[in-house]
Amino acid sequence: MITEEQVLERIRRARERRPRVREERITLAHGAGGKATQSLVEAVFVDAFRNPALEGLGDGAVLGVDGARLAFTTDSYVVSPLFFPGGDIGDLAVNGTVNDLAVCGARPLYLSAGFILEEGFPVADLERIVASMAAAATRAGVHIVTGDTKVVGRGKADGCYVSTAGVGVLERPLTLDATAVRPGDAVLVSGPIGEHGVTVMLARGELEIEADLTSDTAPLNDLVAALLDAVPAVRVLRDATRGGVATVLNEIAQSARTAIVVDEAAVPIRPMVAGACELLGIDPLYVACEGRFVAVVDGAHADAALTALRTRSLGEHAAVIGHVQDDPPGLVLARTAFGGTRVVDTLVGDPLPRIC
Amino acid sequence: MRFVDEYRDADRARVLAAGIAALCEPGRHYKFMEVCGGHTHAIYKHGLEDYLPEAVQLVHGPGCPVCVIPMGRVDDAIAIARNPDVILTSFGDMLRVPGGHGSFLDAKAAGADIRMVYSPLDALKLARRNPDRRVVFMAIGFETTAPSTAMTVLRAAAEGVQNFSVFCNHVTIIPAIKAILDSPDLRLDGFIGPGHVSTVIGCRPYGFIPRDHGRPLVCAGFEPLDVLQAVHMLLRQLAEGRAEVENQYTRVVPWNGNHRALEAINRVMELRPYFEWRGLGFISHSALRMRDAYAAFDAERIFQVPGVRVADPKACQCGEVLKGVLKPWECKVFGVACTPETPIGTCMVSAEGACAAYYNFGRFTRQRTRKASRA
Amino acid sequence: MCLGIPGEIVALLPDRADLATVEIAGVRRAVNIGLLGTSGDSGVGVGDWVLVHVGFAMSKIDEAEAAATLALLRGLGEAYTDELDALKGSDIT
Repeated sequence: MITEEQVLERIRRARERRPRVREERITLAHGAGGKATQSLVEAVFVDAFRNPALEGLGDGAVLGVDGARLAFTTDSYVVSPLFFPGGDIGDLAVNGTVNDLAVCGARPLYLSAGFILEEGFPVADLERIVASMAAAATRAGVHIVTGDTKVVGRGKADGCYVSTAGVGVLERPLTLDATAVRPGDAVLVSGPIGEHGVTVMLARGELEIEADLTSDTAPLNDLVAALLDAVPAVRVLRDATRGGVATVLNEIAQSARTAIVVDEAAVPIRPMVAGACELLGIDPLYVACEGRFVAVVDGAHADAALTALRTRSLGEHAAVIGHVQDDPPGLVLARTAFGGTRVVDTLVGDPLPRIC
Repeated sequence: MRFVDEYRDADRARVLAAGIAALCEPGRHYKFMEVCGGHTHAIYKHGLEDYLPEAVQLVHGPGCPVCVIPMGRVDDAIAIARNPDVILTSFGDMLRVPGGHGSFLDAKAAGADIRMVYSPLDALKLARRNPDRRVVFMAIGFETTAPSTAMTVLRAAAEGVQNFSVFCNHVTIIPAIKAILDSPDLRLDGFIGPGHVSTVIGCRPYGFIPRDHGRPLVCAGFEPLDVLQAVHMLLRQLAEGRAEVENQYTRVVPWNGNHRALEAINRVMELRPYFEWRGLGFISHSALRMRDAYAAFDAERIFQVPGVRVADPKACQCGEVLKGVLKPWECKVFGVACTPETPIGTCMVSAEGACAAYYNFGRFTRQRTRKASRA
Repeated sequence: MCLGIPGEIVALLPDRADLATVEIAGVRRAVNIGLLGTSGDSGVGVGDWVLVHVGFAMSKIDEAEAAATLALLRGLGEAYTDELDALKGSDIT
C-alpha cells in the first residue's frame, strides 16, 4: 500500500520534470501567466533561445555593457477594454515596462513603443492612448525614443495592441535574485492587491457587476528606489502582474527552493475587491496588479522596509504578508484567516469565475 | 463581509475544535461524508482539517455538478458549439472539463464560439442581442441551479425569444446519496448535508437516511465554522445515540425549502428515466430534462448531438473518489498523469472536485503542515 | 456545490418587478428575486439580506437565526473552558 508521503514525493518529482506543451493549439491559458504560460515559455522559448541572461526568467534581463549594468525588458499589451476606470492600454504599456525595469533594481531610462492597429480603429482613440502614454512617461521620468506602427485588416486585431521595450541602468551594486532568498526573510507587498484585474474584469461588462473600483496602474520606480535606499538587504523584487501575488510567490519559492508562508489576514485588499472575488468565486491572490510589487527582504530589516514604503503615497498600504522558511522547499503555504493551513499553488490558466 | 466574516472566526473555531475533541469517544474513529463539493472546497481553502482530531475523517462526496458530467455530454455540447451560427454559453467551471476530444477551451481554440456567463439570464440577454445567432446555454448543477435555468426558460418563453435554448444537464442530489448508501464498500457514520441545495428542496427529503440507514445528516452552511459546527452536531447525535436530520444552516435553509423554486423546476423540467453520472454510472431518476411543453427551448431536440457514451479513461478512478471509497491521493494516476494542467478525470478540474481541492490546497499531510507552520 | 454569497437588497428596480439591486461589500449587481417574491413570508424588500447564486436570490437570510447560531457558539465556549485550556498548549495556534 502506497502512503500519502510517497504520493506527495511522486508529485514533487513530477513537478520538477522538464515542462512540455501537450496542447496542439495555443489556448487562452497559455497567456494567463500560470502553469500553462510557464510550460510554453520554458519548453518553446527558453529551449530555443537558451542563454544565461534569459535563463533567470526575471521581469527583465540584466546585462553588463562596457562596465555599466543595464536592465532590458519587453512586454505586449492586449487589454480589453482599451479604456477602463483608472487607466487605459497606454499608461499600462508604459507603467508595465517601467515596473519590469524597476524590479530589476534599475533606473528606467528609455522605452520603445510598437503599435498594431486594426483597420477602422478611431484616430481619436489612438490619440487618447498616446496622450496617456506621454503622461505616464513624464510621470515615470522616461523617454519614448523609438517606435513602430503596423496596421492589420479589420477583424485581425482587437482595435489596438501596444508593445513596449525598455532600458534602464543599475546604479546600485546590488543583485536582485530569487536564489538569494533565505529562511527567515520577510515577504512584503507594496499595496492592496487585485484592483487592476478585478477592475478590468468588471469593465468588460459581461458580468454586469458594478463597483467603484479603479485600476492600480502606476509607475513603481520611485517606490522601489525608496525601498532600496532604505534597505540594502533586499533579496528580490517582483512585479505582481498576470497570475497575481500567488504566482510571483511560487516563482520565488521554486527558484529559492524554500517555502513561503503567507499570513492571509495580513494581505492588504480593499473590501470591494474582496467582495467581487467572493461573488465570482475567484481568489484575489491570483488577480493581476499593475502597480504593486512583492519584495523579499532580510527579516531583520522588515520594519525598515515597511517604513520606507509607507512614506510614499503609492506604498501607504504596504504590508508584511509572510515569511520564508526552509520546509517544504518550493511550496507556498497560506495560514488562513480561519487559522488553518493550505497550499497556494500556481494556477493553470486564468482564474475563471465559477458558480460551484 | 456580513454573514461571512463572523463564520470565519478563528476564536470560535477553537471552541468548536475543543467541543469536537471532547465528543469523540476514545478509540473510536468517525467517517463523515460532506456530500457537497462546495464543502470540500471550503474545507481545503480554509485549512479546516487542522482543527479536526485524527479520529474524525471527512470523506468527499459526489456533490460536484461539474465532476459528475460524463464525457459524452461534454462532446455533445461541443458538437452543438461547432454549428457556425451557435454561441454556446456556460459557467466558467465547465471550460476546462475534458470530453472525449478535448475541453470547451480546446474547442474554442479550434474556432467554436463558446462564452462564459455568470447567470443563465446573461445567456438569454446574449440571445436577445444576437438575433441572427442561436444561443445555447449548457445548464449544469443540482437543485440549487435548476430553478435559475427554469426561470430563464420561462422568461424566454414569455418574451417569445426564439434563438435561445438549454442543453440540460441538471442532476438531483437524493439519488446520488442513495447510490452512495447502497455502495457496499463504504462505511460512513454520518453526512454533512448540502446547504444550498437544501434552500430549494428543504430538509425533509433526507429523512430516509436516518430512517432507513440509521445515519444522521446535518445540513450545513459553507463557511468554515458552519462545517465545524456540523461535525460537532453529528458527533453529538452519535454520542446521544440519535440519528436525525438536523439543520445547522438555519439562517439560510428553511426546513421546507423554497416552493416557488420547486414549482419553477416542475413547470419546465421533468425527471429523466435515468442519467449517466461520471464515475457512478447510470442512476435512475437522477437528472432533469425539458418538458415537451418547452421543446422549443430544448437544445437536445433542436440539434443533432452524437449522444455517444464515452467510457471514462481506464486509469481514472474518479468514481471511487466521488463515492468516497478512495481518497484523492490513493488514485493510481493522481498527481502525476492527472494534474490540474492535464486532468484525466473531472475531479481534478472543478474547483470543488476532491482531487483538485486536495492537489491545489491540501497537498500536504496534516502533520507536515503543522510542523511547517510552527517552524 | 453552488456558490452562494450573502448580499443586501439596496433597491428594487422600478420597471422590472422581478429584479433588485443587491450589494455585496460595496459591489452591486442586478439580481432576480422571482424565486422569493416581494410579499408573504419569503418575500423580500430593501434592507433584506439574500443568498445570491448565479444571479438569482435563492433564500432570504434570517438575521435572528444567524444571531442564534453565533450565540450558540459563544455558549459552547463556556461549556468547553477546560478543553480550551488544554488546547492552548497544542499546535493549533
